[in-house]
Amino acid sequence: MKPLKRIVENFEPHFAEGGKWRKYWPLFDGFATFLFTPGHATHKGAHIRDGIDLKRTMSMVILAMVPALLFGMYNVGYQHFLALGEQAAFMDMFLYGMWKVLPLVVVSYGVGLGVEFVFCIIKGHQINEGYLVSGMLIPLVCPPDLPLWMLALAVIFAVVIGKEVFGGTGMNILNVALTARAFLFFAYPADISGDKVWISGVSNQVVNGYTGETALAQFAKTGGDVAAMGGQSFASQADFLWSGFIGLVPGSVGETSTLAILIGAAILMLTGIGSWRIMASVTLGGLAMGYLLNGFSGIFPDNAYLAIPPYYHLIFGGFAFGAVFMATDPVTASQTPTGKYIYGFLIGVLAVIIRVLNPAYPEGMMLAILFMNVMAPLIDHYVVQGNINRRLKRLNVATHG
Amino acid sequence: MAKTIHLKKGLNIQLLGEASKTLEQASAPETVMIKPTDFVGIKPKTLVQAGDEVLAGTPLFFDKNNPAYRVVSPVSGEVVEVVRGPKRVLLGIKILADKTIRSAQIPRIDAEQADADALAEYLCAHGAWAFIRTKPYDAVAFPDIKPKAVVVPAFDSAPLAPSIEFLLEGKMEAFQKGLDVLSKVSGAPVYLTTHAKSNSAQFGSSVSGVEHVIFDGPHPSGNVSVQMHHISPINKGEFAWYVQAEDVARIGTLVAEGRFDGHRRLALVGSSVENPVYVDAIQGSSMASILKDRKLQSTEFGNRIISGNVLTGDSVGEEGYLGFYHHQVTIIPEGKHREFFGWAAPGFDKFSLSRTFFSWLTPSKKYALTTNMHGEHRAFVVTGEYEKVFPMDIYPVQLLKAIHTGDIEMQENLGIYEVSPEDFALCEFACTSKIESQSMVRAAHDLLYGELVDSRKEPVHH
Repeated sequence: MKPLKRIVENFEPHFAEGGKWRKYWPLFDGFATFLFTPGHATHKGAHIRDGIDLKRTMSMVILAMVPALLFGMYNVGYQHFLALGEQAAFMDMFLYGMWKVLPLVVVSYGVGLGVEFVFCIIKGHQINEGYLVSGMLIPLVCPPDLPLWMLALAVIFAVVIGKEVFGGTGMNILNVALTARAFLFFAYPADISGDKVWISGVSNQVVNGYTGETALAQFAKTGGDVAAMGGQSFASQADFLWSGFIGLVPGSVGETSTLAILIGAAILMLTGIGSWRIMASVTLGGLAMGYLLNGFSGIFPDNAYLAIPPYYHLIFGGFAFGAVFMATDPVTASQTPTGKYIYGFLIGVLAVIIRVLNPAYPEGMMLAILFMNVMAPLIDHYVVQGNINRRLKRLNVATHG
Repeated sequence: MAKTIHLKKGLNIQLLGEASKTLEQASAPETVMIKPTDFVGIKPKTLVQAGDEVLAGTPLFFDKNNPAYRVVSPVSGEVVEVVRGPKRVLLGIKILADKTIRSAQIPRIDAEQADADALAEYLCAHGAWAFIRTKPYDAVAFPDIKPKAVVVPAFDSAPLAPSIEFLLEGKMEAFQKGLDVLSKVSGAPVYLTTHAKSNSAQFGSSVSGVEHVIFDGPHPSGNVSVQMHHISPINKGEFAWYVQAEDVARIGTLVAEGRFDGHRRLALVGSSVENPVYVDAIQGSSMASILKDRKLQSTEFGNRIISGNVLTGDSVGEEGYLGFYHHQVTIIPEGKHREFFGWAAPGFDKFSLSRTFFSWLTPSKKYALTTNMHGEHRAFVVTGEYEKVFPMDIYPVQLLKAIHTGDIEMQENLGIYEVSPEDFALCEFACTSKIESQSMVRAAHDLLYGELVDSRKEPVHH
């Protein structure tokens, strides 16, 4: 890699202080540090440093999303051919899905990183790696047929309004990817909710009576009679549950497969990048609220969602994806260890409340996380206040006791 | 029975280059330098000039902020230079050392008969008070502010730190004497802290008149603020004194024998040292004398010579001098290399608190870590890292934020008086965003210490 290194080193002076392209230093630095780790040595403070940096952290998160991405590609194709009632080989399904999903990924990264670069050049600071993760998350929470211009608009909105106005990566209050998702949801509801969008390329030609509603909605409508569901039908509830776990149900690109998400969760927990406290407490909160509401199903038989077995919430829809990849975003989550438990638990609780009690918003997880993003500093405030009170109490004992 | 305190949080950074327990004599230093910059919050005023003859124990300078005590020469010889920086700030007093050390005539004191004040005055006048530092701030203690406790750590948990017991070998009598003196001078309980695994079982019971507390757990279990946090947390307005165990023995020697012991036994360690050993040297020795006749590994970008340990020490270079309180010299390779797609490499050779590199599969492997930053400074993103290496009931990130915004009331509420910069060294090490927090805490303490000094100067009006 000597020649490449020489090229980088030859170009460096032009972008450095006093060079002719000084303005574009962030651009150069972004590419140079992508190719080669920076050759900086410590000059104050600790003389040695941990091997980790934000690039490594973010690549681990992206790695954790790869199973969901690959499965999502396959499932997009699988749902497409299933809805058309056609037989297709595995590779055909995968290639179809890839053809649908890759443009989303490319547009998301292209537009998002473009905006980031522009802001970095204006502000003269280094490219932050934060968008590497957001850029992958956004296509994974979008329906496969989302028009690319809408995606581009959502990305611009999320990066500019969701992040850069606050000062860039690390300063934002709302999760960037969910900001994009929320923008789409409220600006173009027809393209991101309802029963037409979750299956790719089938708007006019589905087999008779086939509905592309989300699995959970169909399950609730039919009262759990999986054989009578309008789209995909299943032999038994166990079969339905298993399909949901594997991810062979309609939905956003990357959120259907609980299995693929669990692999990602394992990577995040094993590397220590994702907070297990948040993942565990979201799950617990969802289950707790699920069981509580389920207990009322006898009293309010009109609400079909009350009757859904609580653990279904963990498997269907965006719950697992949100718990593992969205709620754990360290910038927008609670920062204190105790706060993380509370934050996560309330996300789980809220997500299930929204799903069950207000089925008009099938996006329970998204709204729950965004709401708790806003509440996270408040949670931390009270957790930290507890520490302060302990200290003040001790001081009073010391001075008066 | 000694109390044992178990600490789970923290990190032992596994480094190559630990000193074998063999002792070598450093070659007699040609020059030594005593640096006021090794003292926190000092406003030094020199007592000698170039050309003066000094003996071991002759006062060199004092601190206008804490004028009771003197810093004395560890050797006899001639003052060759009073080194000054910008605005004539005193940076050091350089002494051309005699081949054989002659000690100043120091009057004897009867430690049993003398009262605490007389004893303190004696220590102040003859150089031993400078060994007594205070939490918070890490400045030399004010003799008139009595502490709530005195801590004497008998282990150092920092990377490649020396065995304190080895430093004390043959000095146990002086050590006991020094403990007695500290107990009397402070009028407070003296806590001797040992480590469950790195101290020998009988060490704690081999001395008397102290409360023995055993700590178990990784670095920073040896940090005095961490220990005080678990023994008796420091509230606003309270102070704890601490003295390194070897320096306790030197206090004992002064009182028992009426001479200032200018020796400093230290560990010469680090992956760049070919044969890491313990060395008997002089306080303030030149690195040149410590490193004379010693082989260093030659590395691509040269070596970094650190007085102290890799987390908190000072880079002094070959021309530099040993820090006043340092009992360790660490030499590691500089790391200015660029690594191709380093962020994507498996990383068997990278040490990390996280498990993002495959090196986590070999937990007992030791590393020749370089001075490479492994990344660039970023905004704070990853949470939960600092807390993993911060074994106190304190929120380190929130405290740093309060420091960053200059909110002193919040700093007090969050425990600024219970921490020291060194407690944040592992946070600094582990930080994904490469945020340097030790200097932040230092700056916050400097401000608060300045207020304390000012309040002592101004006459009080009622």
